[in-house]
Amino acid sequence: MLSNLALLYEAPILSVQLIIDGILIGAILALAAYGMALVWGVMNIINIAQGEFVMLGGYVTFFLTAAGVNPLLTIPVAAAALFILGWALYRLVVFRVVDKDMFISILATFGISIILQQLANELFGADIRTAESGLRTLLFADGMVTVTQVKIVGFVGALVLGAGLFLFLKKSRLGQSMRATAQNARAARIMGINTDRVYATTFALNAAICGVAGSLVVMTWLIHPYLGLAYTLRSFMIVIVAGLGNLAGVVFAGTGLGIVENFAGFLLGTEYQAAFVFSLLVVILLVRNFRLTKKRRYLK
Amino acid sequence: MTDNIRSALPYLLIGSAGLAAPIIAPNFQIQLAMLWMMIILALTWDIAGGQMGYNSFGNILFFGIGCYVTAVMQRELFFDIAEYANVTGKVVTLTSYQYFTGFSLGLALSVLIAVAVGVVLGSGILGLRGHYFAICTLGVGVAAGELASGWEFVGAGSGMLAPIYPGEANEQGLFYYYTFFVLAVLCFFTLKRLYSSRFGLAINAIRDDEDKAEAMGIHTTRYKTVAWCISGFFLALAGGMFGHLNNFIDREVAFPSSTFGVWMVLMAILGGKGTIWGPVLGATVFHVTQELFWTYLFGWQRVALGVLIVVIVVFFPQGIMGWLRERWPEKFGETVDTDASTA
Repeated sequence: MLSNLALLYEAPILSVQLIIDGILIGAILALAAYGMALVWGVMNIINIAQGEFVMLGGYVTFFLTAAGVNPLLTIPVAAAALFILGWALYRLVVFRVVDKDMFISILATFGISIILQQLANELFGADIRTAESGLRTLLFADGMVTVTQVKIVGFVGALVLGAGLFLFLKKSRLGQSMRATAQNARAARIMGINTDRVYATTFALNAAICGVAGSLVVMTWLIHPYLGLAYTLRSFMIVIVAGLGNLAGVVFAGTGLGIVENFAGFLLGTEYQAAFVFSLLVVILLVRNFRLTKKRRYLK
Repeated sequence: MTDNIRSALPYLLIGSAGLAAPIIAPNFQIQLAMLWMMIILALTWDIAGGQMGYNSFGNILFFGIGCYVTAVMQRELFFDIAEYANVTGKVVTLTSYQYFTGFSLGLALSVLIAVAVGVVLGSGILGLRGHYFAICTLGVGVAAGELASGWEFVGAGSGMLAPIYPGEANEQGLFYYYTFFVLAVLCFFTLKRLYSSRFGLAINAIRDDEDKAEAMGIHTTRYKTVAWCISGFFLALAGGMFGHLNNFIDREVAFPSSTFGVWMVLMAILGGKGTIWGPVLGATVFHVTQELFWTYLFGWQRVALGVLIVVIVVFFPQGIMGWLRERWPEKFGETVDTDASTA
């Protein structure tokens, strides 16, 4: 670990590489976090199956690419497929737990996540998969810093999608009714909004966003049936740090997490990277709680 | 007098059945030992999850601590580390004196460590409320597993062997059957006693309204930490024994978040959380069903597990005890106002 630290000190260009990679990956993480914030805010559900949606989006892209489709064209397909899945899951299970106790919905989506994870394991196998994007790698600073174009595509895509979502929520009729439902579902129903439909769209839209994130993940990185939980917890972390309903904050928190995680992976070694992510979640929650208690004490 | 006998009857029946079971069905000793372990898992989850309203996904942490600490103790007591590192993969044999000394010292140490971890970690994360707590514990459980799989001292990804039981194979089954049986009985009666004391009332008050409980003068943080440590205590013991019964320990065995970690929640909810008999009932029903039907599902058990979670949580959240209580409230000492219900 110390030797790695010394290496960073001697070759600062490595830090540049880590930061750039972190920012580009962080944008993809932020994408999944958008979806989680949306469902959390509108439906008051924390969706544990978030990471599994990401994983399934990745499989859509993987199989289509294997069949010879241009990987970039598979992104909308993944979004559409996951939209349908999300809608179906809402109609089957999620609508029954919308206004129940939050623990019930956490457990129900946890069950869904196990189903999806194990189905993927049975149907697609436990192998690690990755899709070749067919894009080039850019070299900077005499080849010391490499940036694959697909990461840039992912980054730009995440920003565009985020901006689109923002506009959708602000301007469109459906987006407005989503916000109304988030504020007060009962009042929204009285005003003639079909909240059930809003919930279904929200959940399906979330799945679609995760699907996009997933197809970017499989192009830049890799997927396997068991990576879901890591993405769920990362999304949760990002949403907590950014604060619910703060879309710009999600982007910053996401890129921040990407950078921190990259450095941790470099310094601690990849075998501890996952452990680091999960421990970071615990630390963030504790810090948040500590700050809240402090605020409460001032009020007293 | 007859009332006493009547109320003691179920305990006597279950107790004598438990004592006789491994002798009547010697081929099922391990499965029966697992049944008692499942009961312990469900009961300990229910302390925080059911009685206190703190739904934890990370109790498996204590189980893993028990597994690893007991096995490491066995290794460190009678082997020096360099020698052991050379024989990884080779069968490690101990005399029965060494085995049982190491085993009991290991269990003692694992309880100490588990309770210490419970105090340190608990005083922090038990301050979190509701879903924040649930997700935080989910992170804790998985993080512990990840750490164990990266740590060379405990064998990292390749795991470590627990020493071989000094004696016949069926003797091992019998020994662990009775240790699990005794632990389960101990756990049940400790909790039964606790739930009917001031402690039980306090944690129920925390579940019902924590702010009010605090305003009433209950030291909520203290009670919460103690409750969490009690589950840690029993889970560490169960984990230490399970690791030895299994003979091999790695991250999947010690921190099985996707099996035991989920099952304990499921079993407690299936039986009815917040009751003493619920987890026992849920664990029994779940374990028996699992042993009978699971093997016919081949690779699809875990898919079935997910379906089971969704179905139970969505359609049957009150559990077996809750259902019985709705069906026959008078048996639970509730007076039913028939006039009000017909009006």
